[in-house]
Amino acid sequence: MTVTTPQVQPTKCIDARGMACPGPLLTLIGAIRAGQVGDVIEVLSSDLGSKTDIPAWVAKAKQELVGVVEEEGYARFVVRKAK
Amino acid sequence: MMDSDGTLSLVLFSGTDDRLSAGAILAAGAAAMGRPVNVFLQYWAVDAFRKDRVTADHGAAPEAGVAGAKLIRESTQGPRHWSEILRQAKELGDVKVHACALSMELFGITKDDLDPLVDDIEGVASFMGDASAGPITFI
Repeated sequence: MTVTTPQVQPTKCIDARGMACPGPLLTLIGAIRAGQVGDVIEVLSSDLGSKTDIPAWVAKAKQELVGVVEEEGYARFVVRKAK
Repeated sequence: MMDSDGTLSLVLFSGTDDRLSAGAILAAGAAAMGRPVNVFLQYWAVDAFRKDRVTADHGAAPEAGVAGAKLIRESTQGPRHWSEILRQAKELGDVKVHACALSMELFGITKDDLDPLVDDIEGVASFMGDASAGPITFI
């Protein structure tokens, strides 16, 4: 699992901690769709499924995974809307 | 041949909350990944989608036992209910929910008796036509 510290400023931050799988992923997808190209969405998720789901969706949807940061009990997923 | 964009078809037979949740989550995951989804409701699943009882306690499969059934009941409240997950799946992607005409006749009900999540009533041949583009999974 890559741990990178993105220097970018998120356009929007979503705290999905405590949300059950696949909630955090669905919330991210909604935010990406509602946003503009170039927007950076950060999602905080304590759900284990997100660790595989979010990167898988980003790859499939051809979006940009800026980085994943492991925190205590959760992870931050930073995604840029590429299209 | 596995097509990562291919249509996924799910037949929901069981009317218990655990199996319906499993079906809803699979549909949501497929929709999230851009795959069209067809859901075909048969028998007890049709009954569970009746609008007067969608969020009622549908119990769990026998393998859940008493403790498992309680766990399922607690984890399917409000926004985590399978009907809500399916609603989100429909907003997210191409997800169609069809009720089996035979099961509708069995219960003596019409489309008006069903939750609006159900798009239409179909016979099995129509469903097989919709499902021909990919695998069919029975839950």
